[in-house]
Amino acid sequence: MSRKTKGNLFVGAMLVCLGISFGTLAWLLGTTLVEGLPAISKQLFTDPPSTVPEEAGARPAILATIYLAVLLLLMAVPIGVLTAIYLEEYARKERWYNRVLELNIQNLAAVPAIVYGILGLAFVVRGPVGVGRVLLAGAIILTLVVLPTVIIPSREAIRAVPDSIRQRGFALGATKWQVVSRQVLPASIPGIATGSILALSRAVGETAPLLLIGALQYVAFDPTVLGPFTALPVQIYTWVKLPDPAFQTLAAAAIIVLLAIVLTMNAFAIFLRNRYRQTW
Amino acid sequence: MATHDVTAPSVPAVREIDLSPSSRRLGELFVKLILGLAALVSVVTTVGIVISLLLPALEFFAEISPWEFLTSTEWAPLFEPGTFGAVPLVLATFVVSFWALLVAAPVGLGTAIFLSEYASPRTRNVLKPILEILAAIPTVVYGYFALTAVTPLLRSMGVQVEIFNVLAGGLVLGVMLIPTIASLSEDAMSAVPRDLRDGAYGLGADRLQVSTRVVVPAAISGIIASFVLGISRAVGETMIVLIAVGQLAQISFDPRQPMETMTAFIGATGNGDLPTGSIEYKTIFAVGLTLFAITLVMNVISIRLVRRFREVYE
Repeated sequence: MSRKTKGNLFVGAMLVCLGISFGTLAWLLGTTLVEGLPAISKQLFTDPPSTVPEEAGARPAILATIYLAVLLLLMAVPIGVLTAIYLEEYARKERWYNRVLELNIQNLAAVPAIVYGILGLAFVVRGPVGVGRVLLAGAIILTLVVLPTVIIPSREAIRAVPDSIRQRGFALGATKWQVVSRQVLPASIPGIATGSILALSRAVGETAPLLLIGALQYVAFDPTVLGPFTALPVQIYTWVKLPDPAFQTLAAAAIIVLLAIVLTMNAFAIFLRNRYRQTW
Repeated sequence: MATHDVTAPSVPAVREIDLSPSSRRLGELFVKLILGLAALVSVVTTVGIVISLLLPALEFFAEISPWEFLTSTEWAPLFEPGTFGAVPLVLATFVVSFWALLVAAPVGLGTAIFLSEYASPRTRNVLKPILEILAAIPTVVYGYFALTAVTPLLRSMGVQVEIFNVLAGGLVLGVMLIPTIASLSEDAMSAVPRDLRDGAYGLGADRLQVSTRVVVPAAISGIIASFVLGISRAVGETMIVLIAVGQLAQISFDPRQPMETMTAFIGATGNGDLPTGSIEYKTIFAVGLTLFAITLVMNVISIRLVRRFREVYE
């Protein structure tokens, strides 16, 4: 076989690889749309779930997912960004506890989400915190799940700000916090925002830890922060499990809503990243 | 570095100058405290995970011998009397991961080589966001897809799969892993310095040879790290296997059969109203601890491997 044929075969093989990814993506989106679009109706957004598929909606689940996203924005983003600032601007690398902290975050990033669910079951729902199977418990656990995914890109964004900017501030007599809060943070906002939005979008679709926190329940009323809840992905799982094909159709409709939320957030993050791509 | 037998040159004594602020700034200290507290959340999380798994798991192992848990092949903890052999769960986890990696390793690596060595910047800018979409799809959606699209397709192709089966779940799990493996492998390949490629081209190599005999070997530890992280992800993934692979704890190597992975057991059992302190309740933690230990080992291996390839060229 000539060199050229070999080269072409290799390119062909790589194109097959790309085709598998993109073909599957198109197939997944296609089947979901075909199955679910006819079932998208006002009822899906206004009615609670029901044992009769014709009367079932996902209003409590959709609302709870929005509440969860807002709570995550208030908890995961500040804690994550502050941790990133600590690690990049304040922590002295030679100290053992800072190295442990860094390794710890790397490991947390790869702990399976369901293990966080076990933590929630033992400590947040029952045990020391003991708030019960409520929305706040879900928000706390999802915060912990996505914290590393906020911290890691935020650190990268902060690290990308050149030292000359910091030194400029110090030379003018600014204190450390003044330099960090008025020079470094504003300059790294696009990177931090991109990472945070991606983390939130991941949390919105997260299902497994919520199962253990008790989100798998019948909730017929609008959720409250300290009340029982079910979230949109959990609602989808509930419907997928039911044998009646009418519920599969409802699941597909709910998946379209979930994908719309998640993919919009992703598109926005990618847009932010491209729009404010900074080179120093 | 060469050592010289000369005594250190006489350096003029430097007078220590105190550069610390003349007055203590309480505001700055306060900021540092807040930042430290935020960083502490991660540490508390880890400690919390370990304690929450370990304490109930120890109680579990006081009643059921670890030997039985790790070697017995009968898993029926919710029966009376229960049997607690975790072998079927661990086996199922690795069988599903095997099928997933069978898809994700070659496809992810091929994608990475294409992105790193062949694609123009413009093509990359189109392809990468599509991969990111693949990575953004919630796993419950992949589970639905495996159950309602892939399994029927396998059946129509003449593969006699059960409704819940290892094959559909494993293959879809593999697709989910492609972006992870592709992007980590690509990072490793991009870190290979240009000189190595130019040297090979200068010797008359073509692009295929440069890619497969220079870049891939040079980036191999990063590529293996991406595979290890991929397996770790597959081991920890819950929703796809819970929905599509089923909840039948059995020892089988037939991918057309349903099985129950560790995560599927935790997900299916943990949502019930099991009374705190019952042996069934503690089972969740024993299985969770096993899962945590397996993924922790893989993550440590993967982090080590990534560090190694980073150190070589810096």
